[in-house]
Amino acid sequence: MGMIDVSKLVFEYIRRDEDGNVEGITRAVDEVNLHCKGGEFIAILGHNGSGKSTLAKHLNAILHPTEGTVLVDGKDTMDENEIWNIRQSAGMVFQNPDNQIIGQVVEEDVGFGPENMGVPTKEIWERVEESLKAVGMYDYRKYSPNKLSGGQKQRVSIASVIAMHPKCIILDEPTAMLDPMGRKEVIRAVRALNDVEKITMILITHYMEEVVYADRVYVMDKGKIVMSGTPKEVFSRVEELKSMRLDVPQATLLAYELKKAGLPLLDGILTRKELVNELVRLKGQK
Amino acid sequence: MKLIVDHLRYEYNKGTQLSVAALDDVNLVLKAGEFIGLIGHTGSGKSTLVQHLNALLTPDSGTVYFDGEDIFEKGYDKKSLRGKVGLVFQYPEHQLFEENVFKEVCFGPHNLGLDRRTVELRAYEALKQVGMEDEYFYQSPFDLSGGQKRRVAIASVLAMKPEILILDEPTAGLDPKGRTELLDRIKTLQKEAGITVLLVSHSMEDVAEYVDRIIVMDHGKVQYDDTPREVFSHYQELEQMGLSAPQVTYILSDLNEKGLVLDQTATTINEAKDTILKCFGMR
Repeated sequence: MGMIDVSKLVFEYIRRDEDGNVEGITRAVDEVNLHCKGGEFIAILGHNGSGKSTLAKHLNAILHPTEGTVLVDGKDTMDENEIWNIRQSAGMVFQNPDNQIIGQVVEEDVGFGPENMGVPTKEIWERVEESLKAVGMYDYRKYSPNKLSGGQKQRVSIASVIAMHPKCIILDEPTAMLDPMGRKEVIRAVRALNDVEKITMILITHYMEEVVYADRVYVMDKGKIVMSGTPKEVFSRVEELKSMRLDVPQATLLAYELKKAGLPLLDGILTRKELVNELVRLKGQK
Repeated sequence: MKLIVDHLRYEYNKGTQLSVAALDDVNLVLKAGEFIGLIGHTGSGKSTLVQHLNALLTPDSGTVYFDGEDIFEKGYDKKSLRGKVGLVFQYPEHQLFEENVFKEVCFGPHNLGLDRRTVELRAYEALKQVGMEDEYFYQSPFDLSGGQKRRVAIASVLAMKPEILILDEPTAGLDPKGRTELLDRIKTLQKEAGITVLLVSHSMEDVAEYVDRIIVMDHGKVQYDDTPREVFSHYQELEQMGLSAPQVTYILSDLNEKGLVLDQTATTINEAKDTILKCFGMR
């Protein structure tokens, strides 16, 4: 049994006109299978409207399947008795940091989750401390959240989730509104939590550079999973990705263009370092 | 069209202990037909600057001249200024409110006091400029996809026939293809309709690809104002400011360090490709 087991998930919603008459049915998620073991780092890519956020909302029981099943840590999201357990084991971080922070002071915000779970006061403070340290925001614990930058706020949101001791965190475009430094901070925190604390990470993003470190990448299009594999496997299919309104990391794209122009580069270049090494190697052969 | 920003200074929480200078002696000249990128980390003063350009904020000292006239002078017609300096806020689709797309876009020119025929012609033209098909005109703007909503919001500003279009992170939250489509359209507007464009962006790659000139803000001051090549060659200083250069710039600087290429000023994939092919004797 894995951390997340999605089998044959279908989600349909009914579109209605102003008078409430049914206009049609839209299938936002179409027969999706996704399995993820504890401790994995998974990335989901897809253009706007491809169904990735709808899928994500199933993973902590905000939405319920029309057909198929979603098991989170072995618990069925259709089982109403399990909803709170599921939300505790699978935390969610959204795009806009301003919509997620409720506390007047950073540490209060982080303590809110465990407090609601009925954690004893002493332990709440321990959790707040360890969570803020884990994302590098402990020095800011007495700050008011509105004095923080976007990247810092987003890290506080992640700390608030970690304080509930989840096994899995689902991040729905957590960096879409951040500047380059903020993006780096957040991704660094996500990778560290995955590496060190072994928290399962499911990252939904439009930034291709952020997914090169994932264990596996899923690509969604029209509600279906159309590609999956390691970042190397997925990003070697440049033309296909482009036809799905997606991109590849800049290093991969540059390697692809150079190859098209006749440079015999190896396949599967994802990072700046790999491209530089490969070019140095080629130059050495000449 | 010419916009001159002259010794502009603006403080938030003025006169209290919390006062922060969001703009500190900013001087700029924006000329007709330019495509300019404005970058800076969150809180560097970009949005504060932009809100001065159409007089939404009033400076503590210094001023802005639009076509030679001081826009903060008493009696200056700010309403007509806001038609000429079109500002598209972040997530402009949150401001949509009309019952259909066409009415939405008519709202701006209608408020300028134009007659109905002119208003409708302008709305039609603006919707075409952003690539909205006729079949969407009578749909509710709320039924559109995220990218379409954003295009409608931009059309509402274009319908005012602005001489300069200021866009605050127009591509945030759009997928890569949506980003390219939108920026291509904006580039066309700048080239063909001759509109000056000021693009506020967090994506260094987008800025490098599209603009002719970059203004970098940090701590309320203009730190750089130059071509993309020149600005991104200072990538170490940019990092100190919480920014970065496009990835290709780093790749070339690594290659330069290894002694492979000499020219490390490329900022786009195409420029980088040419530089590398040259060093392999293939160009």
